[in-house]
Amino acid sequence: MSWTGKILRVNLTKGTCNAEALNQEWAQDYLGQRGLATKYLVEEVDAKIDALAPENKLIMATGPLTGTMASTGGRYSVITKSPLTHCVACSNSGGFIGAEIKNAGWDMIIFEGKSPKPVYLYVVNDKAELLPADDIWGTSVWHSDEWLHKRHQDPMLRIAAVGRSAEVGCLYAAIVNDLHRAAGRSGVGTVMASKNLKAVAVRGSKGIGNIKDPARFMDAVNAGKKVLANNAVTSQGLPTYGTQVLMNVINEMGALPANNMQDVQFEGAQNVSGEAMHEPRKSDGKPNLTTNAGCFGCTIACGRISTIDKGHFSVEHKPEYWGNSGGLEYEAAWALGPDTGIDDIDALTYANFLCNEDGFDPISFGSTLAAAMELFEMGVITTKDTGGMELKFGSAEALVWAVEKMTTGEGFGKDLGLGSKRLCEKYGHPELSMTVKGQEFPAYDPRGIQGMGLAYATSNRGACHLRGYTVASEVLGIPEKTDPLVTEGKAGLVKAFQDATAAVDSSGLCLFTTFAWSLEDIAPQVDAACEGDWSAERMAEAGERIWNMERDFNLRAGLTGADDTLPKRLLKDAARTGPAKGRVNDLDKMLPEYYEQRGWSNDGIPTAATRQRLGLA
Amino acid sequence: MQMSLLIDASKCTGCVQCELACSLENEGIFNPSKSRIRIFTFHHEGRFVPYTCTQCADAWCMQACPVDAIAYDAATGAKIILDAACVGCKVCTIACPFGTVNYNSDTGKVIKCDLCGGDPECVKACPTDAITYVDADQTGYERMRAWAVKTDAGSTATV
Repeated sequence: MSWTGKILRVNLTKGTCNAEALNQEWAQDYLGQRGLATKYLVEEVDAKIDALAPENKLIMATGPLTGTMASTGGRYSVITKSPLTHCVACSNSGGFIGAEIKNAGWDMIIFEGKSPKPVYLYVVNDKAELLPADDIWGTSVWHSDEWLHKRHQDPMLRIAAVGRSAEVGCLYAAIVNDLHRAAGRSGVGTVMASKNLKAVAVRGSKGIGNIKDPARFMDAVNAGKKVLANNAVTSQGLPTYGTQVLMNVINEMGALPANNMQDVQFEGAQNVSGEAMHEPRKSDGKPNLTTNAGCFGCTIACGRISTIDKGHFSVEHKPEYWGNSGGLEYEAAWALGPDTGIDDIDALTYANFLCNEDGFDPISFGSTLAAAMELFEMGVITTKDTGGMELKFGSAEALVWAVEKMTTGEGFGKDLGLGSKRLCEKYGHPELSMTVKGQEFPAYDPRGIQGMGLAYATSNRGACHLRGYTVASEVLGIPEKTDPLVTEGKAGLVKAFQDATAAVDSSGLCLFTTFAWSLEDIAPQVDAACEGDWSAERMAEAGERIWNMERDFNLRAGLTGADDTLPKRLLKDAARTGPAKGRVNDLDKMLPEYYEQRGWSNDGIPTAATRQRLGLA
Repeated sequence: MQMSLLIDASKCTGCVQCELACSLENEGIFNPSKSRIRIFTFHHEGRFVPYTCTQCADAWCMQACPVDAIAYDAATGAKIILDAACVGCKVCTIACPFGTVNYNSDTGKVIKCDLCGGDPECVKACPTDAITYVDADQTGYERMRAWAVKTDAGSTATV
């Protein structure tokens, strides 16, 4: 078995750290990471609680393949109840800390209660302790990272931390690990800060040696690596351009939301694209992109390492931002750029740096800023609210100003930290919030990619591209091409993607492998590593079980089928340009069929027969 | 023909597949902290650099060992640790100017790269060819070729 079989339970109220055995029976039904940690959450936490109350728990979970040589096997997830959506929150991150937790001998860490004072968790293999964080509370993720490395005189320490935005209550604060990877969405960082937990610092040197069948595992791993190396997306597109390979593609097909999703195409898209990141700039002849980077064990290496033009107004007097750090990925670039109408790649990169430095989700931030810009242009938000700043679409100055306000939550930064839904409600225009279940959209307009509308509406964590990425089929033809403007067949497609994704997210592997891998490529790796017979079919069934378990939690939290919807703008206001011109998202044509295929009632509740089939109580 | 590891840091993505392969081959488990090759990340420079033993011809570690526990493998050119003889005194870790010999507290012996007996696992695991295994007497060959290709036809080099 590839689980360590051990959980670290940290009671922040009492200040205790205790080891306990992993529930192996649950591992057979829910695999690991997303699935298994969610099982712990739903068993231990009342879905109705306030997400920021001490009763909420926060789980950092690895998968059975985390820390192994399986390509991309370094993922970890953070599972908790979200303060942004009131749904289950599950945010996945790469980098190196997931594998480090596993190497220290832990499958997952469960945080419960609330510490009376700011603390951080320090783990060295079996030894875990809570230490005072007074010296780093009120400072950024990057500062905390530096301080912890110095404090413990250990350059190999892996660190995940929350920034100042989380401390001041930004509802979409992230947990940033390894300086620029993040469990970014749904406010998992906000929950962590609400527990007075500033950081987790881990050092593991025990290794992972309990693979069930090591020889067969390496055969499966090598076969999988070969598939990634021979696939154009995973061997060329992603390493060369990162996820930013999509910017021009999605714009051309009329599915790049712009100006708070008023439009579906953006004139300046190419200026902030993956291709643009390669172009030498006039000032120093260097491109925005320095190199690509891999997370732990990843043979794709889509990560972007970038610099900002030293002469750019955002950093010309700030040499601390002249070095390299995590650069623009597609979703962040879109939210900070096209959705705010800004095509200044250096302003976007600066904003991205600050999202990492102080830990907040660039998708939710950019989208919230876009809503604020629309309200400003309508005259609802005025310079009185912003202290003089003109919040106009296309203004790089406004973006730089806003992102700096966000880091500390001062002034208008407090409003922006509410997220789009609450900000639009506060200013009396809830219809301008481009959200589902309170979470902001990512970078695919569902008027131009119909299946994504259904994926967004039914996502268990609110609007999200990573719960059912039908873009793969509707745009890239993976595993087979479907017409993005057609609704027929999309219910089944969304369900299949959602279930498979839930399984991948529970394995320790990165979802991006699925540009090349299907569950047929993943199952042999899981099966060789873990106890139990893991076929592709069983993994898909586990995925379906996980999906329904998450759905149940959300229903118990008070959500209903009525929440499976999209903003009116996407259902009523037709696309004005591009191949999807004249189209809205036809959600009503897909949703009933989706419920039926899921084995749910007409109002979106899993039937008794469905629960029984999946072994859900 | 003797072979040598050739490392091109500009191709490295920092994925640590080499560390995983090395620890699997030598320790039987996935454990980067026990790898004989290590990746260093220079975050602000945006650089990743794999680093391991260069198998010095006249090796400091071998010279320093008081119990002859470091031997020369004539087939590969590697300097290898003889576990049965090693007493864990760590003098070799002090003698090595490059830091590539390290103590393993789990076993009480030192560890270093032994070129996997002539079939290095790190090379096979590297997805970007940042680590290759080439003719030890021709490690500059590809770099020479890279310059050669830039040379105009008919031009004469001044040496």
